[in-house]
Amino acid sequence: MNSGTPSSSAGAPGSAESAAPRRNSKRPKYSRFTQQELPACKPILTPKWVISAFLLVSVVFIPIGVVSLFASRDVVEIIDRYETECIPLDSRNNKTGFMWSNADKTCNRIITVTKHMKQPIYVYYQLDNFYQNHRRYVKSRSDQQLRNPGNERDISTCSPEDTTPEGLPIVPCGLIAWSMFNDTYSLSRNNQQLGINKRGISWQSDRDRKFGKGVFPKNFQNGTAPGGAKLNESIPLSEQEDLIVWMRTAALPTFRKLYGKIEVDLQAGDVINVTLQNNYNTYNFNGKKKLVLSTTSWLGGKNDFMGIAYLTVGGLCFCLAMGFMLIYLIKPRQLGDPSYLSWNRNPGGH
Amino acid sequence: MAGGRIRAKLRRSNLYTFACHRPHPTEEDKTDEIEGPGYSRIVHCNKPHIHEIKPLKYCTNYISTTKYNFLTFLPKAIFEQFRRVANLYFLLAAALSLTPVSPFGPMSMIAPLAFVVGLSMAKEALEDWRRFIQDMKVNLRKASVHKEGGVFGLKPWMKLRVGDIVKVEKDQFFPADLLLLSSSYEDGICYVETMNLDGETNLKVKRALEVTLSLDDDPTFEGFDATIRCEDPNPNLYTFVGKLDYNSRVHPLDPNQILLRDSKLRNTAYVYGVVIFTGHDSKVMQNATKSPSKRSRIEKQMDKIIYILFSFLVFISFISGVGFIVKTKNDLPHWWYLQVPDREGLFDPNKPLQSAFYHLVTALMLYGYLIPISLYVSIEVVKVLQAIFINQDLNMYDEESGTPAQARTSNLNEELGQVDTILSDKTGTLTCNQMDFLKCSIAGTAYGTRASDVELAAAKQMVMDMDGQGQNGNGNFSEKNGHEFAGPEIQLETVITSKDEDAINNKNPIKGFSFEDSRLMNGNWFKEPNENNILLFFRILSLCHTAIPEQNQETGVFTYEAESPDEGAFLVAAREFGFEFCKRTQSSVFVREKYPSSQEPTEREFKVLALLDFTSKRKRMSVIIRDEKDQILLLCKGADSIIFDRLSKNGRMYEEATRKHLNEYGEAGLRTLALAYKKLSEEEYSTWNDEFTKAKTSFGADREANLERVSDLMEKDLILVGATAVEDKLQKGVPQCIDKLAQAGLKIWVLTGDKMETAINIGFACSLLRQGMRQICISSNLDAIVQDCRQAAKEDILQQITNGTEMIKVEKDPHAAFALIIDGKTLTYALEDDMKHHFLNLAIECASVICCRVSPKQKALVTRLVKEGTGKITLAIGDGANDVGMIQEADIGVGISGCEGMQAVMASDFAIAEFQFLERLLVVHGHWCYKRIAQMICYFFYKNIAFGLTIFYFEAFAGFSGQSVYDDWYMLLFNVVLTSLPVISLGVFEQDVDSEVCLQFPALYQQGPKNLFFDWQRIFGWMANGLYTSLVIFFLNIVIFYDQAFRLEGQTADMVAVGTAMMTCVIWAVNVQIALTMSHFTWIQHFLISGSITMWYLFLLVYGEMAYSLRVNAFRVLIEILAPAPIYWSTTLLVTVLCNLPYLAHISFQRSFKPLDHHIIQEIKYSRKDIEDGHMWSRERSKARQKTKIGFTARVDAKIRQLKGRLQKKYSTMSTCHHPIGQQQT
Repeated sequence: MNSGTPSSSAGAPGSAESAAPRRNSKRPKYSRFTQQELPACKPILTPKWVISAFLLVSVVFIPIGVVSLFASRDVVEIIDRYETECIPLDSRNNKTGFMWSNADKTCNRIITVTKHMKQPIYVYYQLDNFYQNHRRYVKSRSDQQLRNPGNERDISTCSPEDTTPEGLPIVPCGLIAWSMFNDTYSLSRNNQQLGINKRGISWQSDRDRKFGKGVFPKNFQNGTAPGGAKLNESIPLSEQEDLIVWMRTAALPTFRKLYGKIEVDLQAGDVINVTLQNNYNTYNFNGKKKLVLSTTSWLGGKNDFMGIAYLTVGGLCFCLAMGFMLIYLIKPRQLGDPSYLSWNRNPGGH
Repeated sequence: MAGGRIRAKLRRSNLYTFACHRPHPTEEDKTDEIEGPGYSRIVHCNKPHIHEIKPLKYCTNYISTTKYNFLTFLPKAIFEQFRRVANLYFLLAAALSLTPVSPFGPMSMIAPLAFVVGLSMAKEALEDWRRFIQDMKVNLRKASVHKEGGVFGLKPWMKLRVGDIVKVEKDQFFPADLLLLSSSYEDGICYVETMNLDGETNLKVKRALEVTLSLDDDPTFEGFDATIRCEDPNPNLYTFVGKLDYNSRVHPLDPNQILLRDSKLRNTAYVYGVVIFTGHDSKVMQNATKSPSKRSRIEKQMDKIIYILFSFLVFISFISGVGFIVKTKNDLPHWWYLQVPDREGLFDPNKPLQSAFYHLVTALMLYGYLIPISLYVSIEVVKVLQAIFINQDLNMYDEESGTPAQARTSNLNEELGQVDTILSDKTGTLTCNQMDFLKCSIAGTAYGTRASDVELAAAKQMVMDMDGQGQNGNGNFSEKNGHEFAGPEIQLETVITSKDEDAINNKNPIKGFSFEDSRLMNGNWFKEPNENNILLFFRILSLCHTAIPEQNQETGVFTYEAESPDEGAFLVAAREFGFEFCKRTQSSVFVREKYPSSQEPTEREFKVLALLDFTSKRKRMSVIIRDEKDQILLLCKGADSIIFDRLSKNGRMYEEATRKHLNEYGEAGLRTLALAYKKLSEEEYSTWNDEFTKAKTSFGADREANLERVSDLMEKDLILVGATAVEDKLQKGVPQCIDKLAQAGLKIWVLTGDKMETAINIGFACSLLRQGMRQICISSNLDAIVQDCRQAAKEDILQQITNGTEMIKVEKDPHAAFALIIDGKTLTYALEDDMKHHFLNLAIECASVICCRVSPKQKALVTRLVKEGTGKITLAIGDGANDVGMIQEADIGVGISGCEGMQAVMASDFAIAEFQFLERLLVVHGHWCYKRIAQMICYFFYKNIAFGLTIFYFEAFAGFSGQSVYDDWYMLLFNVVLTSLPVISLGVFEQDVDSEVCLQFPALYQQGPKNLFFDWQRIFGWMANGLYTSLVIFFLNIVIFYDQAFRLEGQTADMVAVGTAMMTCVIWAVNVQIALTMSHFTWIQHFLISGSITMWYLFLLVYGEMAYSLRVNAFRVLIEILAPAPIYWSTTLLVTVLCNLPYLAHISFQRSFKPLDHHIIQEIKYSRKDIEDGHMWSRERSKARQKTKIGFTARVDAKIRQLKGRLQKKYSTMSTCHHPIGQQQT
């Protein structure tokens, strides 16, 4: 019941005049927008458009696929899986025990270069079945502490690797840093040391902004539970590139991380001696360890999938285009053929 | 006034408004019943201060229709918001996000929820604020109130108190419920317009008590003191019981002295009154009912989808819970780098169940993205915008009355596109509610030469039929179809416009009077043989009514405020005949009679001795008058059947001739009344009057019955004078509109209070019925027999229904159409539980259904029956207070904002100015809104499944630990910012075909009622599409990025890079998808879709720079890490194309082989074939509507079929009256 509206009765002569201005104000104003008449483009999928769309996709995709495939083929990749071989035969029944012991963990591996590798050659370590993306693991870090020397007590997120038993803050704190990968590789060719450059393997912005120049490791790996790598306490975090790389948690349980760069070309047939320290314990959880030497292309590492996917999609679209073309040829339907209207197809249908 | 009465009026307990004598001051014992419960109110007049303290403290005159106030807004509105299950879930999730269980930071749960809830609450607040402003406008109106010492001063309404003396002037509203004390008229009457209360436009008369008449000047109130005892506040508008204690005498009060708040003083200079009920105690406020809140069917179905998604959410949470247990128990102890168990016990291999429970909570929150948090709010925004478009549509704006269409509730927009049955009121909706006096029959002679609309239509139909015969003779049939179909419309239009022109050409068009017959006009009636009867006839017209004259100051012409338009038409007619009703006083009616013998009219006074008012039950009204020769006459008008029953033996002289004329008028679609009179002797009158007075002054329950019985005694042995025929004009464009709606596949039921014949005739006039249609009339033939044989009556009706159903069953002809006509009395039986399904089954089979003489209650019942019985969507349209029930009951209620007040509009969901706008409202806006909302909801689910499932897959790769690959902020913005605007633009601007085509191809509308765009197949199709998209996005990204370096510089991708690349793919895929879904791109869609994608990159840029302070890894993720990598871009391209490839192939395939109607029409429009091949276009247009069985087109079709000889006309031999009416008509 609306008491506010003054109502004009149709029959009353006096009210007609007073109502007149009100009436005009109620008239909706014309605009193409309010009348839903805005100019519009109304594309429809005519056979021509369908076929050309599919053809266009295939025309674009197939070359990209080919180029990607070539790029991927150019990449030379050598993978050496060593986690079992680097355990002395007699310890293979108890790999974990071996890892805990103080035995010498040095291990020699021989890699043969199959194809010419142009520098820079990237050295990676690859871990399998290592859940860097586990929620407990991902959260266990303190960006504030890494960045700022004043925030070394900012460790609330780092449990359980937050403080030493004495209550001193650990820098860098958290599970990620604590469990840092600590196998080391040294490569030699023909008894000649191959230098591995470990500079510039992390992101520039990480070095500049995320890991503080004035933050030095403190109380790190002093606890009872030995984790992974130890850090040189005299080098600021911003220069500990292995740490910076490790701290970028991987998305999947199988991942590669950059270890360094070899800045000389390797020739096909070169034999490379790898002396590695097999320190990192992946035996508890049957994690594989691999050493990877790889060149890159503009596409990154060896990645045939990309090219194949492009070729597949391109091919699929080409087939679709052909299919539709055939269909239109065999059973053409004239554009806007009224005989396809529902009332023409089933006459009398209600 | 008989069956032809328009408004089934609200019950009026006071039957005798003009009783010429006042009830005597009643004896003391009468007042006793005013004490006791329910009658406790005491009002001390002129002493408002008494009412400021307890126990007589009544509520103030401040009214508030707001839902909230400043204090209650927050709790109440929040409560309202969280009544939605989805919101409650998100609230719970937000609360849990503060605990360590949460997979993401609290911000990403709380912020979107706050945004969504905040937006809805802001809308609520805005609406409530508007209500508050409107209330305040009313509350701050000024009223003139007695201050003290006989001085009156202005006060705002809200400050009025019970007991205040108020002076109200002409054309002002009454500020509260008042007791009328005196008025500017000596006899203390005043005129009141109650349109805001009951929608009736006529004036009512109120009358003060005699004892208070002297209080007619400001100073007289100085020492005024009286006490009122009366009933407690109640919503009954037409009753009032109370007594006035004044000068130590007690006077009874009745509704005649009560002026109700929100009614308006008319024709009276001023009145004085004392405030009895204030604010929310007043009757009008007590009456305010909330219309039931309706939800559209799509929304209900959407709830089901949400439940499905919820179950799915729980299901995958369980999967991930099981995965979690396995991982935690078997693997976690070996993962030394995790150092489990942790302190919180979230990952405790020793207590896997406890940890799994925590994980389940985590998972439920994590996968919450399956349920689109912004869905409700987006739908709300979209619907409000759609409603604005409806309100702004110039094609639904009525220039004449200046009213635009109005979507009063926006949550039913899409329902408009799915209507199956329209239930329409007749008067005021199909017809204008403007009565034209067209014909009359006096003393057995018929007068009036003009033809009615129906007659014209019939005549034109005949002409057309002959034309049709000529055209079809040459057998070149199908070729000509298009032209033929174009024909009827044009002709119909010309007939109607030519009629309007007629009226204009007529030198002096008089509203309500289209009578043409020189025998009666200009005083020629004097020369007719029956001039005495004619005189009597005119006198009845001018005396037997309850109208009030109003003289136009400039022209001196009288207009009449009549209770019904028929009455107004009679008075206008009487005026034109020379019997001008010019003045009414408390006890007399003055008529200026003009005879051919004298130039000047003579003013005669007729004393009104008694007035027996009209009610829908009595169907007659009478006045008893004493003329200047002291002759006492009873003048009566009423429904013909009622009057004929009450004629005296010698009063039946003209009965036969009059009956014949009445039949003719009925067939011509006119509303008829019979007029009669009788002479009374002085003593006859006085004996009756004693009894009448006794009945009148009695109190209690049997008062009404008594009065009725006494009136009945008087109204018999009448002498028939004649009959009137009034045309109820069809509204503009009604037949065309019905035709179009029928073509759109809608069924139209007419529910009217009119009698059967009138209803049938109107049915013909608006093409609901046609020649050759079998009519199944169901009526109770047992009228004469009393109530006892209910059972017999029921069986009889059941038999009729069964017969009708049988008849339809045996009918072989596919073109045969049936019409069901049923009257109100029969309907009472037919609506009983054991019968209603038989009735409904029969009704569904019929092409048109007309229910006559139905009460408002029955209208609502029929509506409910159709709604619940068929499960289809019903739309009720009406204009009067009697349609309110039906409007509220139907799925969609449409009110005609015409002249019959606001009642129907206030109860409706949509208000339009004329019936003809219904076509555009349904066929254009309904169609669009349905498709928009359906597509929008489907897309919404698609989008959230595509996104939400990627989170689930990643979980499986992250040891079911509850880690998300996406940054918190990506997820937070996904629904609220990154993908919300394109989908809103889909919901607001999408048009499959433009409005013109919608109207030209009404068959397109059927896509809605058939629910082609929101059936389960389509919904699951979209969900499957979402599943596919999620798989493609996730696995392609994973395979490409998982171990290999992704840049020339040898770096490998970390979680942030993978997440961002994946998110980029999501954003592209869903936006390209929506672009493929749309078929209508204005600059807005272009802008919003490309804007969303751009927004994502912009966000990454900005966020990448800010991330340093936000402690996240996404620092410079775009510019430093991803953007320089070609593989990032090529992945995006690959994934986007692959995601949308199946959909593109699907729609291309569908369009080629199973094109829907709108596809073809789009193509025709696209290739401009409609312009090149106009012939084809018009042919298809006409074919698009072929399936209809009612409407004008159907008539033509039927005719053509008949002429082609395909159809052998068979008349059923059923005993029920299924005669083809057309024969009668011609």
